[in-house]
Amino acid sequence: MIRAVIVMNDQGKPRLVKFYEHQPVEKQQEIIRSIYGVLCSRAENVSNFVQADSTFGPDTRLVYKTFATLYFIVIFDDSENELAILDLMQVFVETLDKCFSNVCELDIVFNFNKVHTILDEIILGGQVIEMSSSEVVKAVDGISWLEKNPNSIIRVPKSISGWQGR
Amino acid sequence: MNPFSSGTRLRDMIRAIRACKTAAEERAVVRKECASIRAAVSDNDNDYRHRNLAKLMFIHMLGYPTHFGQMECLKLIAAPGFPEKRIGYLGLMLLLDERQEVLMLVTNSLKQDLNHTNQYIVGLALCALGNICSAEMARDLAPEVERLLQFRDPNVRKKAALCSIRIVKKVPDLVENFVNPVASLLKEKHHGVLLTAMQLCADLCILSEEALEYFKKRCTEGLVKVLKDAVNSPYAPEYDISGIADPFLQIRLLRLLRILGHGDADASDCMNDVLAQVATKTESNKNAGNAILYECVETILSIEDSGGLRVLAINILGRFLSNRDNNIRYVALNMLMKAISVDGQAVQRHRATILECVKDSDASIRKRALELVYLLVNESNVKPLTKELIDYLEVSDQDFKGDLTARICSIVEKLSPDKLWYIDQMLKVLCEAGNYVKDEVWHALIVVITNASNLHGYTVRSLYRAIQTSVDQEAVVRVAVWCIGEYGDLLMNNTGMLDLEEPITVTESDAVDVIELAIKRHTSDLTTRAMCLIALLKLSSRFPSSSQRIKDIVTQSKGSLLLELQQRSIEFDSIIEKHQNLRAALVERMPVLDEATYSGRRSGSVPAAVSTSQGNALHLPNGVAKMADAPLLDLLDLSVDEPAAPNSSGGNFLQDLLGADISSSSSQSGKIQAQKSGTDVLLDLLSTGSAPAQNGSSTPDIFSISQDNKTSISALDSLSSPMVPPVQASPITGGSPMDLLDGFGPNPPVPKDNGPAHPPIVAFESSSLKIIFNFSKEPESPQTTLIEANFTNKSSEVYTDFIFQAAVPKFLQLHLEPASGNTLPSSSSGSITQKLRVTNNQHGKKSIMMRIRISYKLNGKDMLEEGQISNIPRDL
Repeated sequence: MIRAVIVMNDQGKPRLVKFYEHQPVEKQQEIIRSIYGVLCSRAENVSNFVQADSTFGPDTRLVYKTFATLYFIVIFDDSENELAILDLMQVFVETLDKCFSNVCELDIVFNFNKVHTILDEIILGGQVIEMSSSEVVKAVDGISWLEKNPNSIIRVPKSISGWQGR
Repeated sequence: MNPFSSGTRLRDMIRAIRACKTAAEERAVVRKECASIRAAVSDNDNDYRHRNLAKLMFIHMLGYPTHFGQMECLKLIAAPGFPEKRIGYLGLMLLLDERQEVLMLVTNSLKQDLNHTNQYIVGLALCALGNICSAEMARDLAPEVERLLQFRDPNVRKKAALCSIRIVKKVPDLVENFVNPVASLLKEKHHGVLLTAMQLCADLCILSEEALEYFKKRCTEGLVKVLKDAVNSPYAPEYDISGIADPFLQIRLLRLLRILGHGDADASDCMNDVLAQVATKTESNKNAGNAILYECVETILSIEDSGGLRVLAINILGRFLSNRDNNIRYVALNMLMKAISVDGQAVQRHRATILECVKDSDASIRKRALELVYLLVNESNVKPLTKELIDYLEVSDQDFKGDLTARICSIVEKLSPDKLWYIDQMLKVLCEAGNYVKDEVWHALIVVITNASNLHGYTVRSLYRAIQTSVDQEAVVRVAVWCIGEYGDLLMNNTGMLDLEEPITVTESDAVDVIELAIKRHTSDLTTRAMCLIALLKLSSRFPSSSQRIKDIVTQSKGSLLLELQQRSIEFDSIIEKHQNLRAALVERMPVLDEATYSGRRSGSVPAAVSTSQGNALHLPNGVAKMADAPLLDLLDLSVDEPAAPNSSGGNFLQDLLGADISSSSSQSGKIQAQKSGTDVLLDLLSTGSAPAQNGSSTPDIFSISQDNKTSISALDSLSSPMVPPVQASPITGGSPMDLLDGFGPNPPVPKDNGPAHPPIVAFESSSLKIIFNFSKEPESPQTTLIEANFTNKSSEVYTDFIFQAAVPKFLQLHLEPASGNTLPSSSSGSITQKLRVTNNQHGKKSIMMRIRISYKLNGKDMLEEGQISNIPRDL
């Protein structure tokens, strides 16, 4: 399973922190600091995988990817495929891009709870729900629409919900 | 309305936090926000509750405590509106600290929301449950989740499937409830649902043997068909990732098939075809395609044997190794490591490519490739592989050399077919990277050399050549010096020539030149120089004509500031000058060292003998021959014997190498074991580590000798006085070295306690205050120094509230113990002591220094003194 998803900027400021196993807040900060220490000292032409045994126990790995000023970091155990996680990060970033049209660090800072909503549509409890960014965008749009029209809770218009009668 | 909740918007708070220039400013802003949120919480403010919680989530991300927001989450979740619920659930997932009472309170709200008619609210509840579910909640809510697996909306079905994973992990008894619903989910067409159903299925199989059997029988064929369709499917744009049809679905399928096929020949048989299709049809020019191939390889390696497929799989990994993407090479090496145990032969075929990866520009790939090569080496390929690795050693990065040499040495030691090859390879490694070689390695080399009596001549000549070119590699210098000392005579006359060897002409003075160069080279450390002195002593007997020159070189070290060198030099000089008759016997060749004992000791199977734990006794890696019947047994005995904690390996071996007698002593700690009793006055000759202390048999013996001051030999004996720490460069008794030799009485036995004594220093002195530092060392950790600081008041007034503070540079760690008091009486009539424990990480390179600040009250007035202490001796 995926243990954590972290987004931080190149100064080590956390922008999105999501742990799928409970960690006390001090421990979270310690982990973020230690990851930043590892990442900022990595050379450019090296692989995106780091062994994370010391913080998360045996056989855990960390995959990171840089997008502009941000590090996207996923920590996971041996039941996940490293290369697929790289694709998953790509999907996450593409989705952010669609939701914020040309996403930048500031979008993530000021809309962190929307980013959480997006992430919750991609990963649930450490497992991947959805790998199609258009499906994720559809779900997130539905949620945003409800946010703005809270009174329509009973009759959700057909246009935004992915009805599929059984 | 409370005064705080004028309330900034979330956006404004984030802006304010971002505008902070320092951490202190940020803390102030956060503190203010938290205060206003707390006030709102206690006012039970409804209007801003969800905005406050959103702020708390941001504050939580920055690492501040936010526990007071947890109950607010519950209130929001219980609210009817969607925006409130959404923030409430988000907050619950982020802020919750696993307190059971909060979880209990939320269970009821969750139950209601799971039964809600709106699928988005159900989705929120499922998501929260999937993240925070506890065992109690799992039991309470499992029926709801199970029902939702058949909900009309696919988004809810997939969330329910993932939520079920958490539930069955928390309460494995519930597995059976989910088996049937999952079996029907696996027949779904919706990709997202299928994906999550397969994850749930995999977890059910891991948790329960019965579920595994059930799915093996009922679902394997269906899944194989789904995978076949996915591989052959036409272009499906919505699940496409860089041109590959839904790679993640394929990966999940492969993973589930792996679990189903493991240890089951029938199931494995059923999936062979489709695996072959995946392995051959998937395009490998994109990351997504490679991810599928990678998963496919893992599945092929895990299911039951089908030789053809395995070769195909390992060939895919071989292709990965030449991929330009570092990530692909990295995962391929990881997988090959697993594959070795499955099919070593197939992996061997890719040896050349793997070897190329050892030279990769990415350090993590190099490291992995090296580990893999290490696993691949066997008797048949050890020679070419070692050659490749040693060749690469020449050009490798500095920071990789350590790892690389360690592996090469280990390969050579483990698999060398013969001694000649072993010696050759080790010499090459030492020449290239002698500075990275651990002590055990060259110790072992010396053991092998002494055992290979037919190769002595060859070895010493090779070393003679090697030292000419690799004079900057400490290890090669040491081995060469040792061998020239032992076998110098074989150097001259090309004794024991091997066929492959070219003859060389070396004169006696050439050989002495080499040693002279080594002892004078400024980078040589103490061990090397000490070895050089012994080699010179030996050569003085082997080359009588160079004896005078050797004596001159030895004499030059008489003024050495290092006691060990000074002492050896004086002793050896005296042997060369005055004891010609003894010399030849003294410096006979070392007896053959027992390989079995040594390797046993290295692997730790022989209980480690006593080691020199005093921290000041030196390892002197050379020695002279034991004389068969003379009681010279303890000659050159260097071991300061003390019952020490068993020490791992290398150091002990060294003493064997010296022919030093490592006597397991049972004497009380702090007392030095005296020499074995004997009657010959030479008994303790050159013994550096013994003191006539508390040993019934030897004490009278030594005293009787020392009363007989007429012979210089017995005077020599006086040198065997208690080991004075070599670091303390002061002459032993202040006289000239020759005086010492010619008739000093023995030094009185000085009882030693923990380690060498260091004189106290005046660390700081002002008109009003004096600080004296007393030093002591813990014998087992040379890096740590215990300082007892002694403060005295020089003025005529009493100081109160006396506080001493100190700061040290980064390479030091300082621990201050509480002071003995805080009132300092006037006119030096009393003192305060305080203990400091300093750990010096650069012990031996940098000396301890610190900046101090002393504050106290003088007649109620605050006083402050500051200063820097940099006069602490370097050896501390």
